[in-house]
Amino acid sequence: MPSPTQRVVLITGVSRYLGGHLAERLAADSSVERIIGIDTIAPRTSERPRLGRTEFVRADIRNPLIAKVISQARVDTVVHTAALASPRAPRVTLQDQYVTGTMQLLAACQTSESIRRVVVASTTAVYGASAADPALFTEEMPPTGQAVGYARSSIEVENYARGFARRRPDIPLSVLRLANLIGPTVDTALTRYLSMPIVPTSLGYDARLQLLHEWDAIEALHRASAIDHRGVVNVAGEGVVSLAQAVRRAGRLRLPVPSPAVALVGAAVRNSGVAEVSAEKTSFLNYGRVVDTTRLRTQFGYTPRYTTEEALRDYVEARSVLPRLVLGAVEGAQHRLQDRLERLASAAARMGAI
Amino acid sequence: MDERVVIPLHDESEPQRRRSAVRRSARPPRPADGSADVYAFNGAAEFDGIDDIDHVAPALPAAGWERRASKGLAFLRRRLTGNYSLDDYGFDPDLAENVLLPVFRALYDNWFRVEVNGLENIPNTGGALLLANHSGGLWALDAAMMSVAIRERHPVQRHLRMLADQFVFSTPGLSVLARRAGATLACPADAERLLNAGELVGAWPEGFAGLGKPFRDRYQLQRFSRGGFVSSAIAAGVPIIPVSIVGAEETHPVLGNARSLARLLDLPYFPLTPTFPWLGPLGLVPLPSKWYIEFGAPISTEDAEGGRDVFELTDQVRETIQTSLYRLLVQRRSVWR
Repeated sequence: MPSPTQRVVLITGVSRYLGGHLAERLAADSSVERIIGIDTIAPRTSERPRLGRTEFVRADIRNPLIAKVISQARVDTVVHTAALASPRAPRVTLQDQYVTGTMQLLAACQTSESIRRVVVASTTAVYGASAADPALFTEEMPPTGQAVGYARSSIEVENYARGFARRRPDIPLSVLRLANLIGPTVDTALTRYLSMPIVPTSLGYDARLQLLHEWDAIEALHRASAIDHRGVVNVAGEGVVSLAQAVRRAGRLRLPVPSPAVALVGAAVRNSGVAEVSAEKTSFLNYGRVVDTTRLRTQFGYTPRYTTEEALRDYVEARSVLPRLVLGAVEGAQHRLQDRLERLASAAARMGAI
Repeated sequence: MDERVVIPLHDESEPQRRRSAVRRSARPPRPADGSADVYAFNGAAEFDGIDDIDHVAPALPAAGWERRASKGLAFLRRRLTGNYSLDDYGFDPDLAENVLLPVFRALYDNWFRVEVNGLENIPNTGGALLLANHSGGLWALDAAMMSVAIRERHPVQRHLRMLADQFVFSTPGLSVLARRAGATLACPADAERLLNAGELVGAWPEGFAGLGKPFRDRYQLQRFSRGGFVSSAIAAGVPIIPVSIVGAEETHPVLGNARSLARLLDLPYFPLTPTFPWLGPLGLVPLPSKWYIEFGAPISTEDAEGGRDVFELTDQVRETIQTSLYRLLVQRRSVWR
């Protein structure tokens, strides 16, 4: 590992959630001398104060310019979060950006003499989701062949990362497979989906969801940038909630429709997140996905602060007052009924005593 | 398989009946009498909650009713607000305890009048793999009844975790129910994970071949299509408990299999029974056969390694189940009583 005094960290995708927050986290880390953030778009004005001492370079990682940035700044750590953006832009563009961008970035790292550490943020979506899957995925299980869209490009990104690790065995490379992000501030297809007042779900199915709190995602990436870990690691909160349960806890109403129709309902509601959740992962809404996090806790050395249930609670509490109204009504009704029952019972007891 | 003297099946049924009699007469709560046989455990547990109220409002049906209603309300509230916990496999103890098991227990006690023996062969702690014969045509009710037997009649009241075919999880409705009830996919990864966690894992190695076999082949073990189970038990170092279930074959006697219809509907088989599909929904009701479930002596997997040992163990399990099936069949007086 580089000596702590001269760490220069390059973050791709810095204008997006993970990259931006990681930059903020690294800025608070005194062992990091310079932080260079790269993205094709400039960070939003409101986001700029967050980045602190981060130096922003507006560049496309598909451009050879990236190699120059690395060599000039003598970057020693690269954290590649750009391949894990929220898939909101046109799909073909993103695919090209993710996969080709990763290829170019890793090629630049491969020829560099200063790089000593590479971290690639990936997603648990690479495991797919189907009825034929085991209850928990471990890192050894191969990514499924049926993956489409976002998952497939993530698999390709990981393939390049594996190729890099093979060609430069002297540079430890970690791939972090992050579970579905949730939390008070992060904006993902899932958080938008759960914030609809009426949530369309697949009739007759109830996916098992495993969530990762935004805070834990940043902490895990931060830790990854500083340690000497090699290989793939699943990053997810402990425990499981079902989709129906998540919808109820969010105080929403569930509208079960036959699974092929979920995407149609989602398409009718613009910006709902269903379109993205379902188009990419129809099966995700049916089956969900749970990963084993033993390696994260033992080998990688990070235990998430939030369990799946706690992450969900944090999201629900921060997002809206509506849930507490709905839940409060149900609880109130129950207590009222119970009071009445108790009064009835005690009245009956008195009658019995006489 | 130790050649035990004829198992006193019919004697076993006596305490069983006494127990259920105690339970039925107990509706207006009275303190549990000293029926100190094995089965009293459940009875006593049921009385516990009611006893507290007895001191406040002696001999009042309203007290029990009130307690039950408020318990039901609390349950409804938990379901409506999503305030319950699932484990990694999607098992939902809250739903299983309060809805699924009571429903199946009613079937167990009143419809199939299940008689169980060999419960002492199920360990109080630690993992074990229970391999059973599979039958029943329409429903895998044998799995449900086995769960009830272990949950309700075993002194430690353990949950049975079931391994089910992929078909179950890709079928709408069934997929939710199966996971909630504690089932997961029959694959080595899940089987070993559960066994290593010290769970009781139930599997039906005949799979659909057993479930949908024609009535003329009743109680003939089919090929074990899933030989991986034995390897999983060896890998986890847990014993295998052979389980024989008699009675399930007669619930839906499969007279024929509409193959083309099955292919059309993407089903593993399409059973034709005396009642299904001719009577419509009524045909889904199982015939009230009398059931016997026998848990055999555990077969240790400690010295086994793999290869030949797997085959030998599989054969041993097969033979044990088949032998006790025949024995139970000889002993049973009638299909219905």
